[in-house]
Amino acid sequence: MLGIYGLLLCFGLPGGVIAQAEVLPFLTYSFSTDGLAGFFIMIISVLSFCASIYCAGYYNSGSEKMPFVLFNLFILSMYAVAAASNIPTFLIAWETMSLSSYFLVTLRGDDSSAKAGLLYIVMTHIGTAFIIVMFLLLFESTGSMEFNIISSAAETFSFSRVCTIFLLSLVGFGTKAGLIPLHIWLPKAHPAAPSAVSALMSGVMIKMGIYGFIRINFTMLISPPDWFGIVLIVLGAVSCIFGVLYAYMEQDIKRLLAYSSIENIGIIFLGLGVAMLFRSGGFYALSALAATAAMYHIMNHAFFKGLLFLGSGAVLHSAHTVNMERLGGLIKLMPWTALFFLTGAVTISALPPFSGFVSEWMTFQSLLLGFNSQSMTAKIAAPLGGAALALTGALSAACFVKAFGISFLGSPRSNESAAATETHPLMLVSMGLLSILCLAGGILPGLAVNIVSGSVFMMTGTVASPAGWHSLFIDRTFSSLSPSLILLTVMVMAGAAFIFVLFVSKRRSVRKACSWDCGIRSLDYRMQYSAAAFSKPIKLIFKRIYLPSREVRISYLLKPLFVRSMTYRGRITQVVEKYVYDKIAANISRTANRIKVLQSGNLNLYLGYILLTLIFLLIFWT
Amino acid sequence: MEHLQFIIILLFSPLVQGLIKKLKALIQGRKGPSVFQTYYDLLRLFKKEMVISETASWIFRASPYIVFGSVLCAAMIVPVISVNSEGWIMSDVIALIYILALGRFFMALSGLDTGTAFGGEGSSREMTVAIMVEPMIMLSIFTAAIAAGSTNLSRIAETHAIVYSPSHILAMSAFIVAIIAETGRIPVDNPDTHLELTMIHEGMLLEYSGRYLALMEWAHYIKQMLLFTVAINIFAPFGIAKTGSITDIAMSMLIYAGKIILFAALMAVIESSRAKLRFFQLSSLLGGAFILSVLAFLLYIMMGK
Repeated sequence: MLGIYGLLLCFGLPGGVIAQAEVLPFLTYSFSTDGLAGFFIMIISVLSFCASIYCAGYYNSGSEKMPFVLFNLFILSMYAVAAASNIPTFLIAWETMSLSSYFLVTLRGDDSSAKAGLLYIVMTHIGTAFIIVMFLLLFESTGSMEFNIISSAAETFSFSRVCTIFLLSLVGFGTKAGLIPLHIWLPKAHPAAPSAVSALMSGVMIKMGIYGFIRINFTMLISPPDWFGIVLIVLGAVSCIFGVLYAYMEQDIKRLLAYSSIENIGIIFLGLGVAMLFRSGGFYALSALAATAAMYHIMNHAFFKGLLFLGSGAVLHSAHTVNMERLGGLIKLMPWTALFFLTGAVTISALPPFSGFVSEWMTFQSLLLGFNSQSMTAKIAAPLGGAALALTGALSAACFVKAFGISFLGSPRSNESAAATETHPLMLVSMGLLSILCLAGGILPGLAVNIVSGSVFMMTGTVASPAGWHSLFIDRTFSSLSPSLILLTVMVMAGAAFIFVLFVSKRRSVRKACSWDCGIRSLDYRMQYSAAAFSKPIKLIFKRIYLPSREVRISYLLKPLFVRSMTYRGRITQVVEKYVYDKIAANISRTANRIKVLQSGNLNLYLGYILLTLIFLLIFWT
Repeated sequence: MEHLQFIIILLFSPLVQGLIKKLKALIQGRKGPSVFQTYYDLLRLFKKEMVISETASWIFRASPYIVFGSVLCAAMIVPVISVNSEGWIMSDVIALIYILALGRFFMALSGLDTGTAFGGEGSSREMTVAIMVEPMIMLSIFTAAIAAGSTNLSRIAETHAIVYSPSHILAMSAFIVAIIAETGRIPVDNPDTHLELTMIHEGMLLEYSGRYLALMEWAHYIKQMLLFTVAINIFAPFGIAKTGSITDIAMSMLIYAGKIILFAALMAVIESSRAKLRFFQLSSLLGGAFILSVLAFLLYIMMGK
């Protein structure tokens, strides 16, 4: 229902106030929707619909349980964030979203999920603190808590105030979105949650951070200086490269997907950065193009990341692990899950004709068109952002060759994996729906551009250049793309090749034999390439970034030839975590330790404190 | 008619491969097989029986068709002997790179599908090389695209006749290194080895035989000629026919053939005069080429040419 409403809003139905209720003098609940909110509501609806079907299958059998009240509260709070139209409503919805997702993250109840949850709740509240300060600044400058009054008054803000609000919102909403270096909670919290929740968190919850950012910086602050856009492009480029570099090193499918969410947030910010850059330069048509690319990618990422997380959940359900080193050969045991996961993998690798390709292509075009802008820095930064995007694209393709190839192809690497069976039909239905959306988003780009045009209009005051239903044009002469034609051509050519082969090859016989084993006749699963080995070359090439360390322990029966056992441990260093957050955390705990002396637990001492404070106050405050 | 130019690449790509082999043999003082040997090899493979691994899934069977189809789709995008000033809706060069990436994705998957160490090694290394090559291809293309005001290959080919500016020369050098890496030639990969720990491309194809191997090999030849053609289109498109008249097309064909022969000779000379690099030294070669492409781009932005 709500989803259809969101879709209608996307097509330009005038939004309006939905509900308003005065609870307390300062607390008026107020919800209204417009093109921007409608777009996000549409995404939330589609993904939570699929996730709900999936849950119905997932919790149908087996002992696992899930408190659906929390799950539904989580979904509802995301709707509320998108529809909130004043500051208190927004903040309450925002907090509900954070808290309900916190409980879902810690649902498993073990040590690691509790740790992940703690990190998540601390980080998200640091972000919220920045958001509250930003809203207070807005309130102080305009005297109103209503978003529409604030945005009409925002033109009169002084330059320094605009800059402060921009930076506060960047940190506050960037924490929720998972921008590097504010990302550290994301790769721990997302994998800890149940897969359907991970899908929602990665697919839409982190997008609410982007929604907040757009709401403040695109619809309220009208005239940003040039450097805003450049900051966004640089942060976006850093996030997408580092996100995917860390994703490539992961052996755990869900952690890999979580890191790749950071990458995709980076790609979205690249688009937003160019949009902002062009808007401050007055190129509204180009700005609309870049904004379209960013919004398009938001939608696509929601669908394909949702699909991949649901797929990983299916693997977890059947094979009881998502560690790639223990998987393998699943394509024969779970053919449908494999097909849907492959669709997601191809889409996220930005390969034509699927949707991820089209939005990345548009991001490429808008970055390339960045040379039109006036400042020299922007001229250089934007196309270099394009090179960063190319690197990211290649890395994520490699990353998903690894994720799909190691887990689903080859032969099983453990007994659990060999005993996996196809999952519940309802789970397959929900993954199938998302797969269809991934394909449709690619071959019907005109439709998708129409869907996002409502929000793009809100952001830039204009819409992107016209698109046919199956093709896109950039600037009429600059370039054009038709993904459906690509699909058609590849299919026709492959079909022609098939027919050609039918005619040319005389002997149709196919002989089955074991893989080439160099003549040793005992090829087993341990001789396959492992996930760690697959990404090892990149680990060595980028060792300055990964700072890898290894530890090999060998216990001998008889030195040096007869080995009883060998253990190998390789790890990489999370630079930001180690050199920034760990330092801060260490300082905080050191300070806390020093203050601990004051808290002895002795009642008399506390009474003494009260007495001292009282005397102190009486002397100095009278 | 423009859309049928890909047939030239389809039919002559094994010849280009044969030509490079012949030239290499001549440089090394051998007589070498006939330039048509690649055709005979393909035909022989098409007629042979196939052996498929028991571990392989449908990915292994679908990959040859997807690879072949995507490479031909890419070939349709590239203007070979004649450009249409209107351009074609599909002639986008960024799309071209990603269509080739589609083929590579499935080729790498098929390497993993048989569950052997060689296949996995091949696909891991192929993806690693692609990671290093892709940004540099993009940046050198960006330089040309910004200069031409379009990412449409036909339009890029129309706007100028031959490289003259410093930025184009730098971009072209980077692009040639990229082609060497993409086509699996020395010093990046050795196209003539089998069953060695150094192989990249051959490693992925190790389990293929018969008609599937023929399709994969043919697709590889097509990709090679296609990349030569893209380089020619971007950096030295002089002589390409701009009208449909017979004389223009004939002239254009001759000039194109000359350029391809030159390119093949360049490849043969590089392959004969260089040793293969260790895999982990590739990053310095490809990193250096990436710096070239960044310089090319910066030069263009700073100097405007």
